Amino acid sequence: MTSASTHNIEFRSVSKTYGSVTAVSDISINVPKGAFMALLGPSGCGKTTCLRMIGGFEQPTSGDVLIDGRMMNGVPAYRRPVNMVFQQYALFPHFNVEENVSYGLQQIRPKLANAEIARRAGEALEMVRLGGFGKRRIHEMSGGQQQRVALARAIVNRPSVLLLDEPLAALDKKLRSAMQFELQTLQRELGITFVLVTHDQEEALSMSDFVCVMNAGTIRQIGRPEEIYDHPGEFFVADFVGKTNRIEGTLEPGGKVVRMADGGALAIVARPGVEPGPVVVALRPEAIRLEHRPARMGEITGVITHRVFLGSTAEYSVAAPGIGDVLVTADHKTMTESDLIEPGATVTLAFDPAAAHVFRGTANQVTTR
Amino acid sequence: MRAFATAVYLFLYAPIALVVLFSFNSGRSASEFVGFSTQWYGRALSNTFLMEALQTSLIVAFVSATLAAVFGTMAAIGLERVGGRTRAVFDGLFAAAIVVPGVVIGISTLVALVQVFSVLNPALAALWPGQAPPQLGLGYGSIIAAHGMFTMSLVAMIVKARIASLGRDIVEASNDLYATPLTTFRRIVLPQIRPSILAGFLLAFTFSFDDFIIAFFVAGSNNTLPMYIFASIRRGVTPEINAVATMVLAASIVMIVIARFLMRDKKTAD
Repeated sequence: MTSASTHNIEFRSVSKTYGSVTAVSDISINVPKGAFMALLGPSGCGKTTCLRMIGGFEQPTSGDVLIDGRMMNGVPAYRRPVNMVFQQYALFPHFNVEENVSYGLQQIRPKLANAEIARRAGEALEMVRLGGFGKRRIHEMSGGQQQRVALARAIVNRPSVLLLDEPLAALDKKLRSAMQFELQTLQRELGITFVLVTHDQEEALSMSDFVCVMNAGTIRQIGRPEEIYDHPGEFFVADFVGKTNRIEGTLEPGGKVVRMADGGALAIVARPGVEPGPVVVALRPEAIRLEHRPARMGEITGVITHRVFLGSTAEYSVAAPGIGDVLVTADHKTMTESDLIEPGATVTLAFDPAAAHVFRGTANQVTTR
Repeated sequence: MRAFATAVYLFLYAPIALVVLFSFNSGRSASEFVGFSTQWYGRALSNTFLMEALQTSLIVAFVSATLAAVFGTMAAIGLERVGGRTRAVFDGLFAAAIVVPGVVIGISTLVALVQVFSVLNPALAALWPGQAPPQLGLGYGSIIAAHGMFTMSLVAMIVKARIASLGRDIVEASNDLYATPLTTFRRIVLPQIRPSILAGFLLAFTFSFDDFIIAFFVAGSNNTLPMYIFASIRRGVTPEINAVATMVLAASIVMIVIARFLMRDKKTAD
């Protein structure tokens, strides 16, 4: 099989149903060797089911799952070259740290020498900066340390694929960003394919090489984080990945103007292929500038209702007639003037027409399909 | 309210305290305390009928509790993977086995055994190659079977609760780390549920050891300790019986305390 060398994980039109409930429907993905892929989506979108089908905890109802070019249908979890970091870590409470980490190595046949197992377990613990913690009991470790034990227990086996099921969800914010950085470094050092499941778009964007956005059991978009963020393929992706303003209207022929319900016009640049008719415009909060000047053709004005100070940035809520509340993020450095804007002021919302994304249909049609 | 509670406890425990007290009576009377003595313990321990009954009780309790621990654990593990209606039915059956009165269990077991024997004995006689075919009858086997079946539900309930608190996660983690289902059971599941199995064993042992009613129906010519005590108090309560009762009470309390200790939540335990 020629695909074996290039694709580490392959889903060929995989579906999974539980009774009458469809968890995953007709998914095909190729994950190249050594990639860091994030499965991103709201809860119940099927991302965890996909992960569990790679791990061997679930079997697809139809379609094929391949790992390293080998068909995995019906192969149990304990015969797959895959290891997983569980959401709640799932460490063995009656073993100490070292025993937890050596467990996988002890199962390898033909048996490894005890000295070899001890050496590799020690190495793995060093790698997650837990050298010297081997004899500790699990309940003596903090949440962050337990997380790293779970990581060491998985990578010590040098699997072909490492699965991470919301591994950082239980950590506090500071520890989480430190672990994000560590995971990324580790992944580059080891060259193992990482598949991360998360509902946290920031986590997905910051760590992975590829983001696979899922909704209602289907893949909505796969791409590099920048692609996903800057060029969302549909309104759901724009809305789920990062904050976005939703503006409904009608695209006029020519693809330069969206006419809103109250008659106001919005200057945009529609991609080729978006037909005139009902559309949804997605506009990032940071793409909008607040300016003290009369609105030009295709711009909108509004009254500032709230300002939330966030440290390096500030968020404004602007009530715009015909649209509703528009969220605007202003950077302190580049927007010194906006610091002075107080709630109650009337401002013009200026943006680059090319920064607005125009999608067919109304928002309702887009999100419910 | 306080006085009421005191009265309730007095009513409950005073007779037991009296039994313990009079077991140390140096006189023969069961109503007049003459002086402290342990002579009745010596008498009890040298009474061969009593010791035979004790031996029967110990053997029955040990074997039935062992069987209950093994099969109860197997049932608990098996049911862990079953869901929905099947599981609800079995949960109900376990609970039923515990709440059904001993008299009912005793009579129904006796009726069932007699029926089975009346079919099996002729069949055995026909198939047996030698001269004297074995006759199945009431005895050790029937008491052990009756006690084992009843206490199995007890073990299953206790172990099932522990398995449920364990979660699927560590089993999946073990599978994920290349361990076969057998290794996972031996190294991950069993060490976690072992205290519950032991607790179930001890409770089953205590139930069997203290049981009179079921044994009364199915014991045949054998006498268990409670049966011996029951038979002898018909000839009057002697301090010897008090001594026996005190020993049984002490042994039961110790075992139940150990069982409770083993059933504590693991998280607070270690």
